[in-house]
Amino acid sequence: MEKMPKWADVVLIPVISLLLAALISAIVILLIGESPIEALDLMVEGALGSTNGWGYTLYYATNFLFTGLAVAVAAHAGLFNIGGEGQAMLGGLGLAIVCLYIPFPHWSIALLVAGLGAGLFGAAWAAIPAYLQAKRGSHIVITTIMFNFIAAAVLNYMLVNTLKPKGSMEPATGRFPESAQLPSLHDILAPIGIEFSKSSPANVTLFVGIAACVVVWGLIWHTPLGHEIRALGKSERGAVYAGISPVRTVMITMLISGALCGLMATNNVMGEAERLVLNATEGAGFIGIAVALMGRNHPFGVFLAAILFGFLYQGGAELALWTNIPSELIVVIQALVILFTGALDNMVRMPIEKIFLALRKENA
Amino acid sequence: MDFLTLIQVLDSTMRMATPLLLACLAGLFSERAGIFDIGLEGKMLMAAFFSAAVAAATGNVWLGLLSGVASSLVLSGLHGLASITFRGNQLISGVALNFLASGLTVLIAESWFRQGGRTPSLLTDGRFNGIELPFAIGPADAAAADRPLNELIKEAGPIQQLYSELISGHSILVYVALLFVPLTWWVLFRTRFGLRLRAVGENPAAVDTAGVSVQGLRFAAVGICGLLCGIAGAYLATGLQAGFVREMTSGRGYIALAALIFAKWRPWHALGACLLFGLLQAIALRFQSIQFGGFTIPVQVMDALPYILTVVILAGFVGKAIPPRAGGQPYVKER
Repeated sequence: MEKMPKWADVVLIPVISLLLAALISAIVILLIGESPIEALDLMVEGALGSTNGWGYTLYYATNFLFTGLAVAVAAHAGLFNIGGEGQAMLGGLGLAIVCLYIPFPHWSIALLVAGLGAGLFGAAWAAIPAYLQAKRGSHIVITTIMFNFIAAAVLNYMLVNTLKPKGSMEPATGRFPESAQLPSLHDILAPIGIEFSKSSPANVTLFVGIAACVVVWGLIWHTPLGHEIRALGKSERGAVYAGISPVRTVMITMLISGALCGLMATNNVMGEAERLVLNATEGAGFIGIAVALMGRNHPFGVFLAAILFGFLYQGGAELALWTNIPSELIVVIQALVILFTGALDNMVRMPIEKIFLALRKENA
Repeated sequence: MDFLTLIQVLDSTMRMATPLLLACLAGLFSERAGIFDIGLEGKMLMAAFFSAAVAAATGNVWLGLLSGVASSLVLSGLHGLASITFRGNQLISGVALNFLASGLTVLIAESWFRQGGRTPSLLTDGRFNGIELPFAIGPADAAAADRPLNELIKEAGPIQQLYSELISGHSILVYVALLFVPLTWWVLFRTRFGLRLRAVGENPAAVDTAGVSVQGLRFAAVGICGLLCGIAGAYLATGLQAGFVREMTSGRGYIALAALIFAKWRPWHALGACLLFGLLQAIALRFQSIQFGGFTIPVQVMDALPYILTVVILAGFVGKAIPPRAGGQPYVKER
């Protein structure tokens, strides 16, 4: 018998964790000498009060959708992919090479091929840690951390020595050609008569991200492969007994996870910057961890959590602009969310389970 | 490369290796007791900030060190609470603490000093300054002769150069870090506490059966880890550099973790691994690119080398790195 109803596990615990994180953040804001209520007001106004704000919120959310899904897919197989940052960096590299060297007639073909390049590079970067985990038992958390640093070095080398246009001092590629530039939400919504901010970076990849959510949902719960992934995550011995090969499943799961991280490049590199710069990922790979934890590894949860974090990022930027609260507040909130929904999960869960057990006894 | 340059690179190696070594030994205690700690980076960063901030505010570097260690211990306590008391995921807890430190340090620095997320530069009293060993050529001799120090050292004989440049003139924390290596070895392998601590990382149920508290031992290990990370962070901000800047640990916690695996969780090997990684950092710091028989090694390869080496070790190509057996698993007492 379950200790508590499913809705409590899926909704109540994340919400309480989030409230705890918000409460501590409010105390931090008070200590800085600002008003938490005004801060929240500013964040809501800045992130959701205008189509420009929404544009930024959705742009960030798209990044987090991809990395959050990546962490969630790996988590279903019992793997902790902390290397999203490196995989997204390499995805950017693959995408930039495709966009710079292949001329495209139309943006849709460009998006398709560049997405393929980004996904391939991201998957390749996840493949080595996956192989080492599956075949040689090296802990995937440590290897993916190491690969984040190696990815940064690779990207740095490529930008400084190969991809940088001649005569440029900045370690960045040149601008992608016109045909490889994606339509923004403004361009998409204008024909149907919806006025959307022209200057905001949200673009067509938002729909790619949402599609990825649906695909991941189908994959995990409605395919044999998804069944194998979840079986492995629940119990490796059980999975082996059922004839599932752990090596094969670990490899495939991590390839999917890496490809999802790589796909993030279609948003931040192709959709927004339209060129590859050094710190293009801006920590989105790590935010994926918070998003997946918050979203309980379910694509719909990841979707909601990604929007929430998109709101936090855009709102946090507004705070830094108008108040004395630095944008690092968001990093603190992110840390608290990871702490409460991930590490201190039992602290929130145990009392709630007790309450439900007590309620059940009364009813019985 | 002449002899003096070599000595100078080795001297810089010592300085770069010190925070790595302290953090690596910190991780060693924690992981030997079965608590994975990828939050070394965060604890160091937190300690770096608080040591620099308090040293800047009071002008007393020892108070700085104390508050740095205290702040690191607070994070350790949180890690212990999450991973020992509430049996949460140790890796996720470590990740959370790293972000917490990364955000909080800048947040507090900004509202305290308003200098863009850094502390004011520390003056002489606010820093751990170099200790001059007897008979070494140091700043005092340079002042007496009224000439720059590096000229005096250049003229000295090779043994005096070695002694004055490499062995003498480090801050006290460098020597403390070196002393911690035999101390760690002694505690872990020659005391009852050490035996129990190692046992709790291999087979906590056995320790529990013997009537020793698993939780107590693990908290002790996590506490020692916090103490050492605190010293490491304080050295970064008040010894190696003069003040705190954002993200000043720049991945050192992860390099220390790499060194720990490289050393296969043994104290003397940890010293070797940290010196090696320190040497890599010192070389990357001094030379932008290295000529290797007509072939140029780019600086990015030097940056990535510790991580690449660790992956190679982890892959088991150079001997197998086997972590403590109960590492990462919360201990659930059977009832």
